[in-house]
Amino acid sequence: MTDRQPSAGTFTPAPGAAPLHRMVAAQAAMELRLMLRNGEQLLLTMVIPVLLLTGFSLTSVIDVGTGARVDFLAPGVLALAVLSTAFTGQAIGTGFERRYGVLKRLGATPLSRFGLIAAKTAAVLCVELLQVAVLCAVAFGLGWRPAGGAVGALYAALLLLLATAAFSSLGLLMAGTLRAEATLAGANLVYVVLLGLGGVLFPVDRFPAALVPVLEALPITALTGGLRAVLVDGTAPGLLPVAVLALWAAAGTALAARLFRWE
Amino acid sequence: METAAVEVTDLVKRYGDTTAVAGLSFTARRGAVTALLGPNGAGKTTTIEVCEGFRRADAGRVRVLGLDPATHGARLRPRVGVMPQSGGVPTGARAGEWLRLVAAFHARPVPPEDLLERLGLTSAAGTPFRRLSGGQQQRLSLAAAVVGRPELVFLDEPTAGLDPQARRATWDLVGELRACGVGVVLTTHYMEEAERLADRVVIIDHGRVVADGSTDELTDARQELRFDAAAGLDTGSLLAALPAGSRVESAPGATAADPHRYAVLTDAPGGPGPEFVATVTTWCAANGVLPEGLRVQRRSLEDVFLELTGRELRES
Repeated sequence: MTDRQPSAGTFTPAPGAAPLHRMVAAQAAMELRLMLRNGEQLLLTMVIPVLLLTGFSLTSVIDVGTGARVDFLAPGVLALAVLSTAFTGQAIGTGFERRYGVLKRLGATPLSRFGLIAAKTAAVLCVELLQVAVLCAVAFGLGWRPAGGAVGALYAALLLLLATAAFSSLGLLMAGTLRAEATLAGANLVYVVLLGLGGVLFPVDRFPAALVPVLEALPITALTGGLRAVLVDGTAPGLLPVAVLALWAAAGTALAARLFRWE
Repeated sequence: METAAVEVTDLVKRYGDTTAVAGLSFTARRGAVTALLGPNGAGKTTTIEVCEGFRRADAGRVRVLGLDPATHGARLRPRVGVMPQSGGVPTGARAGEWLRLVAAFHARPVPPEDLLERLGLTSAAGTPFRRLSGGQQQRLSLAAAVVGRPELVFLDEPTAGLDPQARRATWDLVGELRACGVGVVLTTHYMEEAERLADRVVIIDHGRVVADGSTDELTDARQELRFDAAAGLDTGSLLAALPAGSRVESAPGATAADPHRYAVLTDAPGGPGPEFVATVTTWCAANGVLPEGLRVQRRSLEDVFLELTGRELRES
């Protein structure tokens, strides 16, 4: 065959990866748009927490102990919001991306796995920021008086970040190991179970004493307990909730890094 | 000397007890179009996915642009474009949005809007992937494979399920990639596609290469005489009437009731001449055979495939 001189044109090779920050920003923006466009996910991340907060603050259907109802409920619902975005939403979204070959396809682009995880985390944090803003506004409207001041807010942010790491790694672990349908069912089930048992709406000390240590080892209970210590009692979160969240985050990350299957 | 675009040597890939690729070797040149042609299940996709770094070889050696895709994926990914057989796009992502995203991963991409227009996707740019037609999804995948201006692209069944117009657009794009010096490795089970696009055709069956070369080399660039007639022709008697170095091949029709297809070949330079045709028709007249659809034509890759594997390409 005769050798051809390639002509200069639209497709003349000029390969090269974009800078990492540009790739991550583009991917994070895509993830964020997909999350905000997904109606079912918005129901889970926005509508349900707002309804629970207002509904149970304005009625006395559940017994939350002494003190203003909204003061007890606001930290719980903030924890639930983080659970819904970092764990449930991320597990389901990533599970279906894996099923439809999106993760595999992205694996063939210059975006590294680190870049993809960074982008997903950035998108989750953006949604959480939005959730916190909306829920705090609603809670203030209902007469919420959080304790702790600026230091309390800082503690709360730290707990939310730590919980995001724990929930995200567990969500990705689920998405990367189970079938998409199993992840869909499982992630929703976990959401409901943790909503019931994790001190979101019902104080943990109402459960049988034998069960309490088990419940306190759950990441959601650590988060609700820690947030209440900071925002209701105005104290530091205590070592136990921080340790529990850190352990879950470490275990989840280690397992996800080991077991996650990209297709 | 510049390394090949793709160099595969004795590749083996097993899934459990099934051997998908059984010692396959081929080379694809830079800036040329190489087609892996074979029936479904021949091992084409597995081979291409090992080259893309998606799967690990069980044995053998694979080099893409001189690098091992299993260990140098990060260096290869900016230089290699990939079009999977299907999917790969979030169902909720809009066509234009997805192409702009993939473009943003590259340093000097083709403007995404230009590419959308070229492939007839401008009006679908705002449509979510799940609501695109199959052909639109295929073209979007193709666009995403080339938007980063790669040196080499892998296209897995790029025209499967496309209507003729979209297939033509894809062929034109592959032609332009080649003209610009981009290497293309594609899989296909359409022999017309391989004949038309490829500088080199690698015919694969049961995980092995059964033939490898340019279309001219594979078909010997030879003419043959063909006709259809009822089954049970006395080919021995026909052969006896022909000059030495002739050959008669036959293949059954699509159904038992259909006539057989007969091909008469000669090793004379230039193939069957007027005299040769006359000899065949004279023999037919003497034996009461009506040679329907008599024609002299070049052997196709389809014929080569049939000859090598005993099976039709399109039915498998």
